[in-house]
Amino acid sequence: MQNHSPDIQHRSPAPQVPQGSAPSGAVSEAAASQPKDAVGQEPAVRLKGLMKRFGKTVAVQETDLTIETGELVTLLGPSGCGKTTILRMIAGLETPTKGDIYIKGRRINDTPIHKRNLGMIFQNYALFPHKTIFENVAFGLKYRNVSREETREKVSQALEMVRLPGVEKRSPSQLSGGQQQRIALARAIVIEPDVLLMDEPLSALDEKLREEMRMEIDNIQQQLNLTTLFVTHDQREALSMSNKIVVMKDGRKQQEGTPEDVYDYPDNYFVADFLGHANFFDARVLEVLDNDQVRVRIAEGLEFTADHVGRWREGQDVHLVMRAQKINVTSPDLADEELESTELNYYPGRIYDRSYMGGETSYFVELDHGVRLHIISMVRRRPHRIGDEVVLHVPARHCGLLPREK
Amino acid sequence: MNENQHSSWRPWALLAPSLGAVFLLLVVPVCFIVVYSFWLRAPSGADIVAFQFGNYSKFFQDFFYPSILLRTIRVSLECVFLCLVMGYIPAYFFYRSKTRFKSLLMLLIMLPFWISFIIRTLSWINILGDTGLINYLLVSAGILGEPLGMLYNEGAVLMGLIQYLLPFMILNIYVSLEGIDQSLLEAARSMGCTEWQAFREVTLPLSLPGVSAGSLLVFVLSAGTYLPPMILGGPGNEMIANLIFKRVIGTLDWPFGSAISVILLLLVGTIVWTYNRYLGINQVFKAMQ
Repeated sequence: MQNHSPDIQHRSPAPQVPQGSAPSGAVSEAAASQPKDAVGQEPAVRLKGLMKRFGKTVAVQETDLTIETGELVTLLGPSGCGKTTILRMIAGLETPTKGDIYIKGRRINDTPIHKRNLGMIFQNYALFPHKTIFENVAFGLKYRNVSREETREKVSQALEMVRLPGVEKRSPSQLSGGQQQRIALARAIVIEPDVLLMDEPLSALDEKLREEMRMEIDNIQQQLNLTTLFVTHDQREALSMSNKIVVMKDGRKQQEGTPEDVYDYPDNYFVADFLGHANFFDARVLEVLDNDQVRVRIAEGLEFTADHVGRWREGQDVHLVMRAQKINVTSPDLADEELESTELNYYPGRIYDRSYMGGETSYFVELDHGVRLHIISMVRRRPHRIGDEVVLHVPARHCGLLPREK
Repeated sequence: MNENQHSSWRPWALLAPSLGAVFLLLVVPVCFIVVYSFWLRAPSGADIVAFQFGNYSKFFQDFFYPSILLRTIRVSLECVFLCLVMGYIPAYFFYRSKTRFKSLLMLLIMLPFWISFIIRTLSWINILGDTGLINYLLVSAGILGEPLGMLYNEGAVLMGLIQYLLPFMILNIYVSLEGIDQSLLEAARSMGCTEWQAFREVTLPLSLPGVSAGSLLVFVLSAGTYLPPMILGGPGNEMIANLIFKRVIGTLDWPFGSAISVILLLLVGTIVWTYNRYLGINQVFKAMQ
């Protein structure tokens, strides 16, 4: 029996991303193709103590954030968490109450929107309905004094980039939602923006198109080495596309890190709960073991061993977090009895409900003491049925501990 | 089967009350007018049932009546133009304003509708008249030696028309401005437009359906109204509706009054049709979807 990672493709950070103080001499192919002035030590975007208050409500608490050139950073969080407000402040559509915004090392708080050279993608595409596709895509060039010939060339290149060549003469209403969003993408990249700002660009699309667009944006972003800030409430988008995810709640940054970090090592209950399906149990630390493991109890006779990440002491109240996808479920007759007795975290249980979802199945399993767990498991041969007796196993490294919040 | 039969008559059944109302209140009276316009008026004043075009030929006999018709069109167009200029600005202000009193301001726009049109029109006499407010202030301040004749001319008629029709223009433009997706403006700004350029590129063209509908409404209403010219206009400022009013109410000449009405109807109808066809309200709406 094997573990499987959640069905999202992780993306390793692009190698050309200059990391912190890395020598800028190592210019890769992609970096060479970007505008001359983009290369440098300064991060593409830097927010310093950025804060926004609307009347009495604080939409964004003082936030610091750095986006390196060519990076795709996602602000992830539920609606009202302040993610869009941050994007809008960078765009110049909202004025920060406090704090500074730097783009390529230049403070742009007082630069008007139209001089910021940013590309914006909106949830509802925001194509000009009274203009043709050509006029839409050429719009930004018109205000950059680009010659007619060059404009035509750049527009057709951008349209090719989004794989919609030859639609110049059509009007936006003649295109489907997915196509319209591609045009919006072409319109944003044609001006070679310093930063691409995307505000929930995929949420108006249906599931299948969303996946397609996600890959499209991902490809183009990497191909052009575009510094991108992506705002979404969809964890799958965030996990699959980002170099870095910033999880937000109530205007406050909850955690910042690579998709793997944020998913595997959530800093708090909120992050663990927001990303993926997780089981939470109130637990108490029984014993801190020598081998970097911790023994916790969630009920009489239900004890789990977890990897010791962080600093825990005996008697501490904690949350035990187990991801639904990281729990193995087998029939009792298949489980190796000997292994069961020596290895950790094996418990018998009974399936009281399930929902079959094709490739995977959600099982709801009840252990002793009425402890209930949600498990998502790939279907190998035949899925288990309701009422089946099963054996659960959770490897210690997939048992996370979080401080108990009041 | 039954379902299908249901669905074929149900829309018509649901539409029936409104169709009935339109038919009874609009189509039937217009038919009466059309029929009347072919009747004959005896010198004694009696109406005689007939089918003849005498009433129409009388209208075009000399230049007197057509000139009134032309004047009506000219004054109405002037009115449309002035309402457009004077209406777009407040409509745009309401649209951009973030004040909490927006609905109150809208209410103020509607307020004149609650006061009798006649009273509102008459009140201009007290403002523009020789002893009216403006002249009184100017004379007593010593700016003018004697009162300025502001009443009983075309300017006064236009004034009266505008005070009646301006709210229609404002509301129409406002509604279409409100319908403009804010992110379009934000997109335009982010791509390098100043606020003014974004207005020209996005707001103005997308508010054209409202401008277009408002203009049409103002034109049609202006061409058919008789109170402002009657109360505020002089002898040379009559409009076509005054003529109809005089024929029908004054001299009880229903057949001729009806004929003028039909001519006005045809003219305005043609203008609206052409307008729709070539300036294309529909076109603009199509583009917005």
